Amino acid sequence: MVTKVRTIYKAETAVVCKRPLFMGKVTAGFPSPADDYVEGSIDLNALLIKHPAATFFVRVTGDSMIGAGILPDDILVVDRSLEPADRKVIIAVVNGDLTVKRFRRRGDRVFLEAENDAYAPMEMKAGINFQVWGVVTSVVHLM
Amino acid sequence: MSRFALVDCNNFYVSCERMFNPSLEGRPVVVLSNNDGCAVARSNEAKALGIGMGAPVFTLAETLRRHNVACFSSNYALYGDMSRRVILTLGELVPDLEVYSIDESFLDLSSFREKDVPGLCGTIVTTVKRNTGIPVSVGVGPTKTLSKVAAGMAKKHPCLGGVCDVTDERWRERALAATPVGKVWGVGRRFEKFLKMRGIDTALDLARADRVMVKKRMGINGTRLLDELSGISCYPLETNPPAQKGVGVSRTFAAGIDDRRALCEALSTYAERAAEKLRTEELRAGLMEVSAMSNRFQRDTFYYNTAVVRFPAPTSDASEMIKGALSAFDGIYRENVPFKKLGIHLRELSPESEQQLLLFDAVDRDRSASLMKALDAVNTAMGKRTLGYASSGLSEPKAWRTRFNHKSPSYTTCWDDILRVF
Repeated sequence: MVTKVRTIYKAETAVVCKRPLFMGKVTAGFPSPADDYVEGSIDLNALLIKHPAATFFVRVTGDSMIGAGILPDDILVVDRSLEPADRKVIIAVVNGDLTVKRFRRRGDRVFLEAENDAYAPMEMKAGINFQVWGVVTSVVHLM
Repeated sequence: MSRFALVDCNNFYVSCERMFNPSLEGRPVVVLSNNDGCAVARSNEAKALGIGMGAPVFTLAETLRRHNVACFSSNYALYGDMSRRVILTLGELVPDLEVYSIDESFLDLSSFREKDVPGLCGTIVTTVKRNTGIPVSVGVGPTKTLSKVAAGMAKKHPCLGGVCDVTDERWRERALAATPVGKVWGVGRRFEKFLKMRGIDTALDLARADRVMVKKRMGINGTRLLDELSGISCYPLETNPPAQKGVGVSRTFAAGIDDRRALCEALSTYAERAAEKLRTEELRAGLMEVSAMSNRFQRDTFYYNTAVVRFPAPTSDASEMIKGALSAFDGIYRENVPFKKLGIHLRELSPESEQQLLLFDAVDRDRSASLMKALDAVNTAMGKRTLGYASSGLSEPKAWRTRFNHKSPSYTTCWDDILRVF
């Protein structure tokens, strides 16, 4: 009886299991409460992106929002799945142009406010084509 | 009873462009194919101007100019990412989903109570629109084929609010009567011609057609089609798409090329690219098919030919692929033929893990594997084609490179391209 080698399988090496390196000391008495909080690594995506399907990045041009800590060339994290509420910073479509402004609702009236005294608030009156594109959730500022 | 929904993105490529460029709203927009050759997506405004699907750009020039139509080259990085977002959103709303194409997904709604279905469909339309900016139409029916008919209705009649359910038989008849037979899922152009000659013009005519006649012409698929149209489900959701049958790379050139050297460079690049695709899928190919075609609009001089190379052992080695492609092309190249399209298709794919050993193998498999690994690592870390084969040519730009004159930025996949706001 001759045994032939028909197929040679490659060893699976792709999966690396990481183990936490540092754990609580073994002590008599009560276990360390910190053992419940063994952490992996910190993921910036998890901090900044709550809804991956609805999150987009946009880059800021201009200085109209410097009072809100949004500087030219900053990157904004925008979540489209959130409802715009009063005082939220939003990306809006105004007559076909995209703009970042603070959303203000006063009764039935809607205003877009800049965070820079050089720009006056704009009321979204009837006749202006206004839509909320998304809600800004954070600012990424590269030093 | 089974219940399916088809979610179909309206004018998908155009909707993607509009999402990042809201000033296009209300304006006629077309998206052009690879090489800007013909229209592959049209906004409703562009359809109203009579711009047909697949219409060659040179026949449209006057219309495009006169009506100030916005034209875009295909931006597949953007469309692919937006499609992923639509699918992610659907996945959060329903458990069972089959991605059918870049802009269509089937959902299995059998686990939902009948009274919850209208609300669910409304939620799908509003949530996809809110998350991604993409408008969708939802069609519901007891079979996949009927859900597709229903989605067509939902798209055609805006008054339905994007949702059409043909579970109820009265609605089903009306929808089938309003659907041309050629639009039915699975009816090809030749079968359509055959049916129309027999006076079968609508989906309803087909549903009532003689079973024996349909079976004779179309076989088992024909009787399944009739069952599906009458509400008996034959096609379940395919949640696990079948394993890839082949890998292909082909391109159409903007202008015909007869320079042999340029053609070989192009083909060599495709072979490199195809081999790279294989390696990312951890596959090897046993067979390569090379095809070459001249301009098909010039019928009197039309030339098309293919050649097949069988590799001594399944491979994903770039140099083997290039050698194979060039030797195959040797046999089908013709002097003075302006080639419009070259392609490579790899078949008989097998997983890398099943590599068979050849007793007299001319290729050192271990060396080849580590060379390919190094090549992929450099190109991943430092950008596409940092390292490549000289046979693919060294200088840019090339006559045969795909033309993308009007491509929009890669808004969602490239940091330098993200949207700018004021």
